[in-house]
Amino acid sequence: MNSAFFLVLRRMRAPIIVLIVIYAISVLGLTLVPGVDADGKATAPLSFFHAFYFISYTATTIGFGEIPAAFSDAQRLWVIVCIYLTVIGWSYSVVTLIALLQDKGFQNTLTTNRFIRRVRQIREPFYIVCGCGETGSLICKTFDRIGHAFVVVEKDELRVEELDLLDFKTDTPALAGDARLPETLNIAGLRHKHCRGVLAVTNDEQINLAVAIGVRLLNPDIPVIARARSDNVAANMASFGTDHIINPFQRFAEHLALAIAAPERFRLIELITGLPESPIPEPHRPPRGHWIMCGFGRFGHAVARHLEPTGITLTIIDPTAADADHAIPGDGTEARTLRAAGIETAAGIIAGTDNDVNNLSIAVTAKELRPDLFVVLRQNHHANGLLFEAFDADFAMVPSHIVAQESIALLTTPLLAEFLKQLNGTNEDWCTRLVQRLQTLCDGLTPAISSLHFTARDTPAAHRALIMGQRFKLGELLRDGTDRTLPLAAIVLLVKRNGEIHLLPDDDFLLDAGDRLLIASSLDARRNLEFTVDNANELDYVLNGRTDSGSWLWQKIAGKAAVKGE
Amino acid sequence: MNLEKVIFGFFIVLAATLNFGFFIGDIDRPELHHVYELAAALVVSLIATALKFGDRTQIGAIHLSTSLVADLQLIAAAITWAVAVHVTGEGMTASVTSSVVSLSGGALFANIVSVIILIAETVMMRR
Repeated sequence: MNSAFFLVLRRMRAPIIVLIVIYAISVLGLTLVPGVDADGKATAPLSFFHAFYFISYTATTIGFGEIPAAFSDAQRLWVIVCIYLTVIGWSYSVVTLIALLQDKGFQNTLTTNRFIRRVRQIREPFYIVCGCGETGSLICKTFDRIGHAFVVVEKDELRVEELDLLDFKTDTPALAGDARLPETLNIAGLRHKHCRGVLAVTNDEQINLAVAIGVRLLNPDIPVIARARSDNVAANMASFGTDHIINPFQRFAEHLALAIAAPERFRLIELITGLPESPIPEPHRPPRGHWIMCGFGRFGHAVARHLEPTGITLTIIDPTAADADHAIPGDGTEARTLRAAGIETAAGIIAGTDNDVNNLSIAVTAKELRPDLFVVLRQNHHANGLLFEAFDADFAMVPSHIVAQESIALLTTPLLAEFLKQLNGTNEDWCTRLVQRLQTLCDGLTPAISSLHFTARDTPAAHRALIMGQRFKLGELLRDGTDRTLPLAAIVLLVKRNGEIHLLPDDDFLLDAGDRLLIASSLDARRNLEFTVDNANELDYVLNGRTDSGSWLWQKIAGKAAVKGE
Repeated sequence: MNLEKVIFGFFIVLAATLNFGFFIGDIDRPELHHVYELAAALVVSLIATALKFGDRTQIGAIHLSTSLVADLQLIAAAITWAVAVHVTGEGMTASVTSSVVSLSGGALFANIVSVIILIAETVMMRR
């Protein structure tokens, strides 16, 4: 039984005993005081039955009057005592109950119980999102849009209350609690049989570390994705087998370096790892040459480390960092400093301090001095997004976006990691062609990446058709379920069969049971395809153009007619 | 000495003794089973139940359940009495008396179990 019930019982013990005693005294008194009849002669007192009846309706202030007969004055005297006694008894009980309901601890128990119940009732695969700050809410919104269930654990109670007001399609269980405690993870459903993964994306990397350890020990089978800021915490996480560690600074530095070294491949990665159906970002073409970097903290170091191999030289401005260029005074927000750093000859500038206002100031000043300069802008807080959009930098780095994008891509489609690995062996021309196909796929929006596994559970209709010996080609399957003459706006990026990888298969590719497909498409096309592979009648229509009802009787009749016809 | 334990033990034993007092005597003779004794047994049994509320231990749970059984039996006895005396007008005949007393006998058994648990708990206690 739940603890709230026991709490109520324990607190109500005294009032209930007081009520019982008061009732007992009142009833007993009434069975002892003699009554009177119409002639004024004394009669026997009320029996227990009548006395209890009278006290019951008097104590609850219903007051039917003097039943069964008019009372004697002695009885009325006793009833006065009873009335005041019972009112006191009831008020005491009610006041205790109300005090209990307003009790903070009791309310916490109630919300926790409700949360546990709702998590237990989840019947579909879900993820646990620890931390619902900027990154967390971005992840939650995307999960909600692509129709994945999730559970939120957030330290801040106010934030959890706000979450209820957010416009989620699904009703999401959210708990205000410390994700570091194993018990919190447990009641959030870590050992639930449908739990598919844990995202530790709080702002505090120590909490993320604790979550990663907790998941590894309590349920080693499910993947955990953790956000890290510093290298030693990332190394610590890696040491006990955290599946994916996302360090936004590191990741951005890699992206920037890749954008310089192989712009088309970077463009391809950007398209397929972007949040599904978000506007396609502008292509980035960072120039080589001499760059200026403002701010040399963890972010600056990561970028410098990755830019070095691409042949870019850096002038570093940071008044506080020990290893910066100290010949230049100031922090880069003034034209004097930028001129001293050689902005007239520079190809690009990185505004990478941890202060959004300073970053904007650096960028605006630099643009005024050199309008053609390539500006890389670091945005620290999601809330300042409007300002950064207004400035429209050539390349913007938003940590929460990077973490959200990568974790969603990794979690929802494990095949994507394989595809990204395969990209290392491709050339720029191949990437350019694929980028062009992807860009036109869902008019102006990034494609959603999903995977399809031909198994009896995931795709019953297609799997059945395949093991019954019906072979069909990729091009035959990727057809619109409402009108099969139209192709489905989807590109199969990769097929994995028995560990063997077929990159970008063409329409004549013969499918087989057990194949895993990585598909880029719009969300609509994905739902269309899911329905086709799920429903045997739909599949029959898409592959063969038949529109049968599928009922057993009709199939018999149709079968007989066909036999006769032959 | 723990005052709470004193009160707890007092009510449990009192519920059993009152119940026993009502139960003892020839089962079909109403003059041996006074209704006041039944009322007292019922009230004390209810109080004993309330005292057991909210104890989450295994022994606490069994205490509560035996007490609830005793309450149910005594309430059933009281209703039988009320129906016979006030609703049907039959009065305390030998058959009514014996059914009321046998119901209270069931309650007595539950109360005895309560007392046994109390004794067992006391014997197990180490301080």
